[in-house]
Amino acid sequence: MAQAPALPTGFELPLEPRLPRIGSVDQVAVEARATDLSRRSIKRETKLFALDLAVRMMDLTTLEGADTPGKVAALASKAVRPDPSDASIPSVAAVCVYPNLVQTARERVGDSGVKVASVATAFPSGQSPTDLKVAEARRVVELGADEVDMVIDRGAFLAGRYAKVYDEIVQVKEAIGETHLKVILEVGELGTYDNVRRASLLAIAAGADFIKTSTGKLSSSATLPVTLVMLEAIRDVYEETGRRVGMKPAGGIRNAKQAVQTLVVVHETLGLDWLTPDLFRFGASSLLNDVLMQIRKQKTGSYQSPDYFTID
Amino acid sequence: MAELEQRGDRTPAPSKWEYASAPESREIVTLQDRYGLFVGGEFVEPRSDDYYRTIDPASEEPLAEIPQAGPEDVALAVSTAREAFEDGWSAATPAERAKYLYRIARILQERSREFAVLESLNGGKPIRESRDVDLPLAAAHFFYYAGWADKLEYAFPHRRPKPLGVAGQIIPWNFPLLMLAWKIAPALAAGNTVVLKPAETTPLSALLFCDVLRQAELPPGVVNIITGDGATGAALVKSDVDKIAFTGSTEVGKAIQRELAGTGKKLTLELGGKAANIIFDDCALDQAVEGIVNGIYFNQGHVCCAGSRLLVQESIYEPLIEKLKRRLTTLRVGDPLDKNTDVGAINSRQQLDKIEELVAAGKEEGAEIYQPPCRLPEKGYWFVPTVFTNVAQSYRIAQEEIFGPVLSVLTFRTPDEAVEKANNTPYGLSAGVWTEKGSRILWMAQRLEAGVIWANTYNRFDPASPFGGYKESGFGREGGRHGLEPYLAFDGVESVGG
Repeated sequence: MAQAPALPTGFELPLEPRLPRIGSVDQVAVEARATDLSRRSIKRETKLFALDLAVRMMDLTTLEGADTPGKVAALASKAVRPDPSDASIPSVAAVCVYPNLVQTARERVGDSGVKVASVATAFPSGQSPTDLKVAEARRVVELGADEVDMVIDRGAFLAGRYAKVYDEIVQVKEAIGETHLKVILEVGELGTYDNVRRASLLAIAAGADFIKTSTGKLSSSATLPVTLVMLEAIRDVYEETGRRVGMKPAGGIRNAKQAVQTLVVVHETLGLDWLTPDLFRFGASSLLNDVLMQIRKQKTGSYQSPDYFTID
Repeated sequence: MAELEQRGDRTPAPSKWEYASAPESREIVTLQDRYGLFVGGEFVEPRSDDYYRTIDPASEEPLAEIPQAGPEDVALAVSTAREAFEDGWSAATPAERAKYLYRIARILQERSREFAVLESLNGGKPIRESRDVDLPLAAAHFFYYAGWADKLEYAFPHRRPKPLGVAGQIIPWNFPLLMLAWKIAPALAAGNTVVLKPAETTPLSALLFCDVLRQAELPPGVVNIITGDGATGAALVKSDVDKIAFTGSTEVGKAIQRELAGTGKKLTLELGGKAANIIFDDCALDQAVEGIVNGIYFNQGHVCCAGSRLLVQESIYEPLIEKLKRRLTTLRVGDPLDKNTDVGAINSRQQLDKIEELVAAGKEEGAEIYQPPCRLPEKGYWFVPTVFTNVAQSYRIAQEEIFGPVLSVLTFRTPDEAVEKANNTPYGLSAGVWTEKGSRILWMAQRLEAGVIWANTYNRFDPASPFGGYKESGFGREGGRHGLEPYLAFDGVESVGG
């Protein structure tokens, strides 16, 4: 009798309760479904609710080589109080920065409840030795990050070395302990929806608290169909195991309308339970001002000049 | 409006998020209190002097009075069409015919919102569908056949195609304007004139279409539209037409075929169906669920090619049914004019009775019923999207066409068994196959007795693709080059080089 090959080290796929079958994704159909959902008409108080939620779910992000303490301090202030002229606007969920700026962000957000997220693991490419990546993740937590946004090794993934991708996530998770882990798949480099689904399930199996679409460094990122595919993977895991994994589309969501469409997809795919910053985030930089502008439009009935919204 | 609810250590999640209603405005549609019959380019009062009311099935409100055309009215319409055929239409250059078809197509596009609203108002279908499916496809049909009008010699080389004369056309209520386009576009492209009878319950878009014909300056009498019930249809079948094209129930189709036997009139029938939608265990599961939903709940299941029999491979049965049930809870049933509505109103009291009768039979026979929690409007005709599991092949709900939002689920073990069960029906209009395996799609397509087979999709239509049935689903094809043939006479084969 032939023996089944042993699972790779660290690859402890829980067999019971088990993860869903990996299966496949039909490109034409998933894009058609996303288009259908994007045509939902969301108006008035329904829209205001979604916009308010979008603010509370936002990871306000700056990930530039040119980031300075001054820039990050300004962004963190905006995160705490997005619209100084309207006290009813909540704080965003988090600020997301490079490791060197974690301390600045930490100091500025203080005890406002706004979290500090740091990218790590040789962001954005992930092309570094595993031990360096793990060390980096551990270090950003020491620096004060509440959340770690790591990238997967797409080189390994596309070469079919899934176990390496998996092991790295497991090691990072171990290194950062209770700190919230978001795993960035960089969908724009994965090429197919099948790969997006596979990477989603792999990251979830390895212990991701959140799965995240992109680094924001590519032009193709958090499209609605990609978001839908990842949400369906999350749903399958939830239905099979009861475990709730979060989702963060990042990059490409620039205006309020796209944010509302995305929330509709979340609502109709995973239900109300996921409509909380605990389980859903938007990674964005320019989105916030458009959402604020739309909120004011909903409340006052007229658009105001962009000059009334701070640029940070 | 959403309400927040505090739960343990988590950030509050809303306990509900109901979308505000987003109704499409009715203002764009202007209805007359009473309509006439459209004969010879004019609205004329019916000689029968008989009228009936057409209603909005979502509210049961009357919309307008519609003539019930009698035999005399039918005869007048047919003789008017005959004159128009002989006095010019048959002699018009093919490019001239194409010109009118292109005009009609463009006007339909320009007025599509008006037509979409009217279609939803009179038929009960969601505005999302009339806007995104019915209207674009109707215009596309006219564009497509406009292109063929001056190329008939190329469509049928060496066969000298000629028009038949007057075509009598009887269409159903499920896609009123689209079925009109399917009928009128090829008939005119081939050089015939037309007498068309829309369905009793949904005459309004056909009557508005008369306005399009006048706007396009189509010569009077080339298209005549007469309204009425089955008696009007029967009179049209008996009248002096050269061809009957009928879309509707198999029962009526059989009666028409008996009536026409021996008369020499040409006939095409597009009848009922009980399509198998076949799900293999290697399919893309979430997309298959969408396909199942689109297959049976599209247009409230009032679709002759609806995927009403779901055949699921047993190995995937449980997760698939779970996903399907979950998806059903997100279907939005209600006001057809609301842009967020997924499932609208049942077309008529009569149809609702039929659905209710068959669903009761399903329960009685022992099938297990699932219906998502759903609040239905108080007035109007409604039926909750329904799934029957544990259905045996012998149950009525697995055999008879329900023509409503009711899915019967059966299982199979092997591809051979899937084919055997799928073909085990008197119908043969359509089928769906869901698998990631390309070779299996082709293997299945060769064996399924169905006129249309969709692979990894369902209810997709294109004017270039012929549509029609096997067995008791009818004969003749609509759409594509094939769709011209029933409207043409041929001289036979010319000698090659002669």
